[in-house]
Amino acid sequence: MSPEFVLETRGLTKEFRGFTAVDSVDLRVQKGHIHALIGPNGAGKTTVFNLLSKFLAPTSGEIIYQGKPITGLQPNQIARLGLVRSFQISAVFGHMSVMENVRVALQRKLGNSFHFWKSERSLEALNERALQMLDEVGLLEFADTLTIELPYGRKRALELATTLALDPAVLLLDEPTQGMGGEDVEMVIGLVRRAAVGRTVLMVEHNLSVVSQLCDRITVLARGAILAEGDYASVSANPLVREAYLGSEAAVIEEAGA
Amino acid sequence: MTNLHIKQDSPVLPPQVVRERQQAAQRRKLWFYLALFGVALVAPLAVYPIFLMKLLCFALFACAFNLLLGYAGLLSFGHAAFFATGGYITGYLLSEYSGLGTELGILAGTLASAVLGLLFGLLAIRRQGIYFAMITLALAQLVFFIFVQAPFTGGENGLQGVPRGQLLGLFDLNDNLTLYYFVLAVFIVGFAVIQRTIHSPYGQVLKAIRENEPRAISLGYNVDAHKLLAFVISATLTGLAGSTKTVVFQLASLTDAHWHMSGEVILMTLLGGVGTVLGPVVGASVVVTLQSYLSNGPLGEWVHVILGVIFVTCVLLFRVGIVGWVLKLAKRNF
Repeated sequence: MSPEFVLETRGLTKEFRGFTAVDSVDLRVQKGHIHALIGPNGAGKTTVFNLLSKFLAPTSGEIIYQGKPITGLQPNQIARLGLVRSFQISAVFGHMSVMENVRVALQRKLGNSFHFWKSERSLEALNERALQMLDEVGLLEFADTLTIELPYGRKRALELATTLALDPAVLLLDEPTQGMGGEDVEMVIGLVRRAAVGRTVLMVEHNLSVVSQLCDRITVLARGAILAEGDYASVSANPLVREAYLGSEAAVIEEAGA
Repeated sequence: MTNLHIKQDSPVLPPQVVRERQQAAQRRKLWFYLALFGVALVAPLAVYPIFLMKLLCFALFACAFNLLLGYAGLLSFGHAAFFATGGYITGYLLSEYSGLGTELGILAGTLASAVLGLLFGLLAIRRQGIYFAMITLALAQLVFFIFVQAPFTGGENGLQGVPRGQLLGLFDLNDNLTLYYFVLAVFIVGFAVIQRTIHSPYGQVLKAIRENEPRAISLGYNVDAHKLLAFVISATLTGLAGSTKTVVFQLASLTDAHWHMSGEVILMTLLGGVGTVLGPVVGASVVVTLQSYLSNGPLGEWVHVILGVIFVTCVLLFRVGIVGWVLKLAKRNF
């Protein structure tokens, strides 16, 4: 039986004024995998990510999600289909309480987002579920804190809780450990691992040690095209990959693989 | 969760304490509003009612504008169009159809502004920042020239001597005191609509959009549609303020439609404190008071200069506006 692919791209291409940032990429993400997209700076990882999450429109090519083309959809529409992204800069709602951050995600399914004549109290039915979600990422005690006052690592945890509140089938994570110190990185690895249960995760990640610990499958991009694909061992042994990373990050691969 | 070892940060209050504090704050707020309401009830005994009504109309205008700028993060530079449309439609209907109840005239003006708001919104909402402001300005200028040319507006003279008529066929609004209480009721209704909107399920989503638009999109919200609703509500209430103003002064004129008016409401909102509940009310009071006192005195010709200086000082020294500044002080000291 062939594996089931939940997210696929066919000939995905993005040009910016003559510069081809993403060049005919055929990416296939298997259901249930944690799939990493890596590559040296400027390889087009973030562009691919923005194409997949619909924040950019491709020049050509197709994106297929659960067997259906989603190439022409708006970003909020694919979120409703269960394909939800995170952001590089921790994307939280700063001047709302931590609990409200999660609740506004839960709220979408109520379909009352245009009800301006109703009291806010009608949202209180969601509080219990929101607090439960916060508990799962260790933020329960901060429920009433104003989000802007949270430290960086906790904001990331909150962002993940908010994303999970949508119960997405596929999580798109944009550098979840970017700008973090050791302990926070460990925390995020734990969170992603738990969030991935029963889901598919596609992540862009710079930190190769995170990739080696978490990911089932890795796609290496270089100059907008796929250079190699496989598990961590095979990818890190690939001479093309080593060459692409040479100089700047070859040492990092060695270190992470060790 | 075993691998959670983040350093402890600022002390976290137990939820119980937080809730109690919130409830106490709620009670204080309620008493404060009741006191304000009491003052509003007796105010016409001490102050000229027409002046108070002007103040209430502009306060409602500024509150409606603040809903858009402070809570949806959209800077419209064309709100004069809604203010004037409400005024002209109401003025025209009340002048032409003498049997028409004043409340219906106002309602019609308000609805016309709502429709115009929907039109403006559909055209402008996809653009952001300065582009949004410029499109709303351009559309408002278009409306201004329509009002200059259209036969029903009286051109340069405007609509004068608009009859105030009767409210529900029961109350004669030619009596200033009766009219004052009617205008106060209109203001309270408009203010309540804004309050409810801010504190509604929709208000939560609007807040999320203002805080982080891409994130709100990624949660599956149709951001443009939510912004459009805020725009229409704001335009509607602006129309209500304009219609009511026409009844009070028995006049609808090009002054209401001029871009100066769009600028003035921005000034009021920023001066009072954008994104605060009472900021626009305070800002409108300050501006209207200054205008009416200065224009009667020897400094009459300097009104715009003085307002300009106050505005510049405000923007430079306390950007959060008068109310924002008071709230900041209160937070620091209690």
